[in-house]
Amino acid sequence: MLEIKKMVVAYGRVNAVKGIDFTVEKGQIVSLLGTNGAGKSTTLRAISGLLKLVSGEIWFEGERIDGQPAHKIVERGIAQSPEGRRLFRQMSVEDNLKLGAYSRKDAGGIKSDMDRVYDLFPVLGERRTEAAGLFSGGEQQMLAIGRAMMSRPKLLMLDEPSMGLSPIMTQTIMKTIQDLQADGVTILLVEQNAQAALSLADRGYVLEVGQIMFSDTGKALLGDDRVRKAYLGAD
Amino acid sequence: MVELFFQQLINGLSLGALYALIAVGYTVVYGIVQLINFAHGEIFMIGAFGAFVTWMLLGRPTDWSVATSLLVLLPLMIIGGMVASVATAVATERFAYRPLRNAPRLAPLISAIGVSVFLQEFVRLFFGTIPFVGRIPGWPDAKSAVPFPSIPGISGQTIQLGGVLIQMPAIFTLGALAVSTVFLWYFVNRTKTGRAMVATSQDPDTARLMGINVDRVIVAAFAVGAALAAVAGVAHGLRYGNIDFRMGFLAGLKAFTAAVLGGIGNINGAVVGGLVLGLAEAMATTFIPGQFGSSAWKDVWAFVLLILVLVFRPQGLLGAKVVDRA
Ligand SMILES: Nc1ncnc2c1ncn2[C@@H]1O[C@H](COP(=O)(O)OP(=O)(O)O)[C@@H](O)[C@H]1O
Ligand SMILES: [Mg+2]
Repeated sequence: MLEIKKMVVAYGRVNAVKGIDFTVEKGQIVSLLGTNGAGKSTTLRAISGLLKLVSGEIWFEGERIDGQPAHKIVERGIAQSPEGRRLFRQMSVEDNLKLGAYSRKDAGGIKSDMDRVYDLFPVLGERRTEAAGLFSGGEQQMLAIGRAMMSRPKLLMLDEPSMGLSPIMTQTIMKTIQDLQADGVTILLVEQNAQAALSLADRGYVLEVGQIMFSDTGKALLGDDRVRKAYLGAD
Repeated sequence: MVELFFQQLINGLSLGALYALIAVGYTVVYGIVQLINFAHGEIFMIGAFGAFVTWMLLGRPTDWSVATSLLVLLPLMIIGGMVASVATAVATERFAYRPLRNAPRLAPLISAIGVSVFLQEFVRLFFGTIPFVGRIPGWPDAKSAVPFPSIPGISGQTIQLGGVLIQMPAIFTLGALAVSTVFLWYFVNRTKTGRAMVATSQDPDTARLMGINVDRVIVAAFAVGAALAAVAGVAHGLRYGNIDFRMGFLAGLKAFTAAVLGGIGNINGAVVGGLVLGLAEAMATTFIPGQFGSSAWKDVWAFVLLILVLVFRPQGLLGAKVVDRA
């Protein structure tokens, strides 16, 4: 569904992503792991069209999408919940969700998808007119995910959804991600929390300073000594 | 003394309304692209000339009834001014600013000053001509001030309210600001493009992730600011009875001051800043004794006010960059 080929992305003259290849198959949850600064967010931002590639290609559903403007990429069916949530904090829950549906014109579908988000996260439904900035970290993360779902994406990219959340909240979010997969959404999940991410991933890629060091199924990576040492705190 | 106060209150508010109508354009554009569009004063000037041209094209009516003048002539002139302003602003964005979107911040600023000079000189040299061909017979040139058409029912008309004399053009300006503010509120809070504009001003990258075409939002911001500037151009013509290619300079500077005063990026701030500035000028020329209260000093007081606000409240009266609080 998504194929990244020899992608290089730079800030100024410094390459942050140094020629990576990976694929995401339809219906999968794919995790992208790596320590801070490895180039995970850069990768997602490039896929979303916020950053230009220095070289390489991005293919989505058989078409080349690198070089297209970000709004076109959303229209094609790729949504991103960015790192740090990036909600419109002064706007209400409802307005945030509406903006998530900006690329759509089917008022009825938008309404029913909004209700679906409220079903999934009842807190948001109960306080839908309150400003997003007033919610707790976990609730904001729910809103960020809900907002990204509002474009009805085929591929949903989540950048560190567990960041700053309690273990219980992290579990809730991970559970939601699984539910979304069950609903047919393909997911590219960026995490530093390798345990949580790998336990649901069909496939995982480990990124270090802009390069993919190794990749395998989620299960295999969870058992891999190198991963355990570097990312799971085992010795 | 009381009557004088109310007289100056009206004078100040109507002058301030003029500033406010222009100030919105500075603030909306700044809120979205962090560019101080120094050519915006010229967009205001183009709006006034656009209205004038519309009047010429209508056959220079001078004897239309009050009702037709107010219901047909004036609206047509305003629309004509808007078309001219919006087209100029959108072209400016496309050709003078957009190519410099990722350039160092100084580049678009210099480009804006270039556009400002270009537009002034273009009107001065080419108004009333077909450029490089020749003069259009019967059209005035704009090398000096051009008399603005009289609109029956407004030009030269006054209302007496107690001891206070209110000029009809002042009422027109205040009314135009009121209508524009309602329109802006609706646009920002109730339309999809308006919401996209707020989102873009708060976080452009995240706005892109929502599927918002930021280029189109930027064009919309320039267009909205230009439309209000055109209304201001007509108000200026009615108020002073003439228009000229230089009129955008001081008015633009004052309006920019008003935008900063209210908090640049904040639409309500632009309106409040404009009114406060107009009031300050009117009051200073009346109630400050001696030569310091002469009209030669009014611009000084306007900028003194700006400096005071910037020193004690650098974010402006209503706080900077909150396009959504409109
Ligand atoms: N806006 C930026 N400008 C310059 N360098 C950046 C910028 N954003 C990230 N980087 C650098 O790019 C590298 C990868 O960053 P990022 O993709 O954010 O990593 P991750 O998401 O894996 O933590 C880091 O070295 C980081 O310092
Ligand atoms: Mg990151």
